Amino acid sequence: MADPVTFIAKWLEGYLAGLGLSSGWISVIQAALGVVVLGSAVLLVDIFLVWVERKVVARFQDRLGPNRLGPFGLFQPIADVIKLLLKEDITPQGADKFVYNLAPILALATVIILWAVIPLSVTVVGSTINVGALYIVAVGAIGTLGIIMAGWASNNKFALLGAFRMVAQMISYEVPMVIAILIPVILAKSMSLADIVQSQTVWYIVLAPIAAIVFLIGAQAELGRAPFDLSEAESEIVAGFHIEYTGMKFGLFYAGELLHALTFGGLFATFFLGGWRGWGAETYPILGIGYFFIKAMVMYWVIMWIKYSFPRVRIDQMLSFCWKFLTPLILTVLSITAILDKVMTGLPYWIYVLVMLLSNLVILYFVIQAVGRYARKERQKVAEPEKIRVAFPVKSSTSTSQAS
Amino acid sequence: MSPIQIIFILVSAITLGSALMVVTTRNMVRAALWLVLSLFGIAIHFVLLEVGFFAVAQVIIYIGAIAILMIFAIMLTRRIAQDPGPQTNSTWPIAAILALGIFGLIVFLVQGWEKAAIQPSPFPAGYDPLRELGVALVSANQYLIPFEIASILLLAALIGAIIIAWDKK
Repeated sequence: MADPVTFIAKWLEGYLAGLGLSSGWISVIQAALGVVVLGSAVLLVDIFLVWVERKVVARFQDRLGPNRLGPFGLFQPIADVIKLLLKEDITPQGADKFVYNLAPILALATVIILWAVIPLSVTVVGSTINVGALYIVAVGAIGTLGIIMAGWASNNKFALLGAFRMVAQMISYEVPMVIAILIPVILAKSMSLADIVQSQTVWYIVLAPIAAIVFLIGAQAELGRAPFDLSEAESEIVAGFHIEYTGMKFGLFYAGELLHALTFGGLFATFFLGGWRGWGAETYPILGIGYFFIKAMVMYWVIMWIKYSFPRVRIDQMLSFCWKFLTPLILTVLSITAILDKVMTGLPYWIYVLVMLLSNLVILYFVIQAVGRYARKERQKVAEPEKIRVAFPVKSSTSTSQAS
Repeated sequence: MSPIQIIFILVSAITLGSALMVVTTRNMVRAALWLVLSLFGIAIHFVLLEVGFFAVAQVIIYIGAIAILMIFAIMLTRRIAQDPGPQTNSTWPIAAILALGIFGLIVFLVQGWEKAAIQPSPFPAGYDPLRELGVALVSANQYLIPFEIASILLLAALIGAIIIAWDKK
């Protein structure tokens, strides 16, 4: 009872072997079933997320949120889904139909396949590939493609502009985020997510707090959530890349975004909060799934908290924040972590943890000082009285010409 | 037929079919998207060869960087997205003969190569090909110098890009 997933997998293996199938076919059938089960489970969680998101945003905005249908409005997402399914399905004129319809599928699918490498528990891992951390980056690249396809195929200038913004943002913020992922990889000395979780006897948020913060900011930008929601800035480009999508096609983008946020919560938990680790999770793997989802939900809540608390940044601020601040910062942290890791081989683990934490705090102190100085300078610039600018300087002798 | 063989044949058909679509479709953006599918097929081939690192690197570099750059370039010059001109010129028979000849040569060579018949065997326990690759790239008697030269080339390209984009005031 402690580990139902492995039990079912073992039973299935025995049953299929009893039918006389070769081991190759058994593993293929098991893999296919695993994909179906994990994908469906994740999508079911996704329906529930609609309710979570609406309820939490309501609390942040001092409202009640959905509260009519079912207890605490729990059946609201089902009504939402029915509404989306019944809405008219519009394809704009001049749209590339095939690409237009493929884009929302790709947007949701790339989120679901991220779950393939996330270890849900000590025994419940989709795939234990040894390049799990890079796999996440690669899947993110395909997600970018889905957004470009949506923006281009809609045959709408706002959609294309939104897609350009989104892609510029995703490609830029991928750089600090990938380097932030590298720091847990250095600490765990493995790129496999299962190994990274396994080696977190001390959560990596203690060893690498700066990497955790940068990863969170990068995730926020990758998700296109406020303060980085330039791709769907309503006042500028209406709704961004999904402007032309209606009904369930829009629903797929929406579901993809919500699930992506939870997935990044899960990834944050995996990299920095010890994934499934918790009391008794080693002996009762089923508990690990619970711990993992609690941590993922907490991080999802933090992502929402940031989203609903901050105003949108300007596009030049967004890009210069990434390239002039986050990237140099995380590169410094990466080199210092790598050097310290090599220097401290053989020392007891608690010294290792302490030195890592202290080095991070020292860097953080200097960064905060530098940012404060920069902010003071900027404020001074704004505070100075601005010279009155005149578009067409008029000489005093001709200034009366207006009267004539 | 084992399932791996079926997957291999399917993926190969998709890879080659989409590669053919890249050169036959008239819409440039669609051609780029077919190219993405073709490159993805290559990544799956790497997975079938059990080199996950190459598969992931293929997706990151070719789809995440090169293909997206190409699509961007095509999109920003919208007028060339539809090419009404002829798709072949007078030399196509020669090109076809050359391509078929090279294909025949490769088939002939692989037929005669005894190592082509070796069945793949799983890695021994505790053997991490990724670690071996990493060590090989930084050990002096293996690939250190090519690796460093490639790094310097990339660094030069990076600095060059900054200098081209520099706002001269």
